[in-house]
Amino acid sequence: MIDWTIVREMLPAFWHGLQMTLLLLVTSAVAGLLLSVPLSVARSARSPWARWPVFGFTFVIRGTPLLVQLFILYYGLPQFGVIRNSTLWPLLRDPWFCAWAAFTLNTTAYTTEIFAGAIRTTPAGEIEAARAMGLTRAQVFRDVFWPGAWRRALPQYGNEIIQLMHATALASTVTIVEILRVGRDVYTNYLKIPESFGMAAVFYLGLTLVLAGLFRLLERHFLRHLDPRASATPMPEPVKASAHA
Amino acid sequence: MTMLNATDIRKSFGTREVLRGISLSAAKGDVISMIGSSGSGKSTFLRCLNFLEHPTQGQIALGGQVLACKRDRNGDQTVADPAQLRAFRARVTMVFQQFNLWSHMTARDNVMLGPIRVHGLSRAEAGERADHYLSRVGVAHRKDAYPGFLSGGEQQRVAIARALAMEPDLMLFDEPTSALDPELVGEVLRVMRSLAEEGRTMIVVTHEMNFARDVANRVVFLDQGVIAEQGCPREVLSRPQTERLQGFLAAQAA
Repeated sequence: MIDWTIVREMLPAFWHGLQMTLLLLVTSAVAGLLLSVPLSVARSARSPWARWPVFGFTFVIRGTPLLVQLFILYYGLPQFGVIRNSTLWPLLRDPWFCAWAAFTLNTTAYTTEIFAGAIRTTPAGEIEAARAMGLTRAQVFRDVFWPGAWRRALPQYGNEIIQLMHATALASTVTIVEILRVGRDVYTNYLKIPESFGMAAVFYLGLTLVLAGLFRLLERHFLRHLDPRASATPMPEPVKASAHA
Repeated sequence: MTMLNATDIRKSFGTREVLRGISLSAAKGDVISMIGSSGSGKSTFLRCLNFLEHPTQGQIALGGQVLACKRDRNGDQTVADPAQLRAFRARVTMVFQQFNLWSHMTARDNVMLGPIRVHGLSRAEAGERADHYLSRVGVAHRKDAYPGFLSGGEQQRVAIARALAMEPDLMLFDEPTSALDPELVGEVLRVMRSLAEEGRTMIVVTHEMNFARDVANRVVFLDQGVIAEQGCPREVLSRPQTERLQGFLAAQAA
């Protein structure tokens, strides 16, 4: 059976782990989102000079395991003297920075492809209508092009963020004490599965529920235009007999 | 007074010459219908008028002011100064065959965007203007609906309100009823007819012969990239001079 005294005793440690997981998730998700917007536009540009480098990047990142990318950043780069002597070395030897960088690069690649797919399905007529009205390129982008692409991408983007959250468990391999690492430590101490990895799973499950709920709210806001209830015509007001008639 | 002057508009796609020198001028209050079989170049010509399509040659002037052009990388004409083009487009708005409403915005927001961005209206002012034009075209009760939940006729009327809200000098209609179910065509044509009666200047590419006959004050028949016949609708449509127009009208009547 579950030894609740162990659970209670380890709860603060898990709580700390949760904070680390969240910190990794939020910082890499935000950085990935900011990078993906311009990259996805470049990825769907007509010019091969813009398109191909981005495709190369997403191909390599999506074609290799995230764990390999993390190991290359953390164990591989320090093999080079140039890097150890560079001004970036204090950053690059920091496991937290390496994990953040790996997650950011990874989610950027996937998100870029998600956004690029949404951009490819932009109705040409909507862009034409905006241009035909005299809007500037920036206005067309901000008011029509991006809002449309963002909405089409949102459901898939939500999945990507949940997967990114699960992927942060890999940070435990480079000494970062997040949820999984706490679970492993508990297991090493007590050799009990439910109180260690079981607890970790419960935390991940809870986080998944929270993220899924968050994206449901976002979809309710951003995808109103797909909701029949939002477009229903209100019943006309009953005509009131005027008191002065 | 001449409002729009298009001179010798030519357009080639590769080696295929679609427009072979079309000149057209519209005075204030003119309602010009352009008819012709598909492939005759009438939509391409209309799209050249606001540079959605870059004409290979030709000159366009609005209110006497010529749009200065330069060559784009295909060797076609593009407006040299983007700001001048935007100002031109704000005065010459377009209604499309496929409506092209912005699907993530309500009907009202669709109508508000242009006045806010191009004319610098506040949201409140633009909202008032939108409400005015939405009731003008008879869809005020649907102002908070999104395009996906509007009928084709309602979408096209919202699109007309969107074009009207720019308070343009000239409106271009590119087959505005061709994508509509037959029973929805009437509601859009009624709006267009009332716009014509208001004295608005309109160029309408259409297959609606009744509209061309009854509403337009000039009809232009395009055939193989040139104007084959033009003039007063009753004259042209009841006594076609060319064989092509006779054939076209017979096919329309059938």
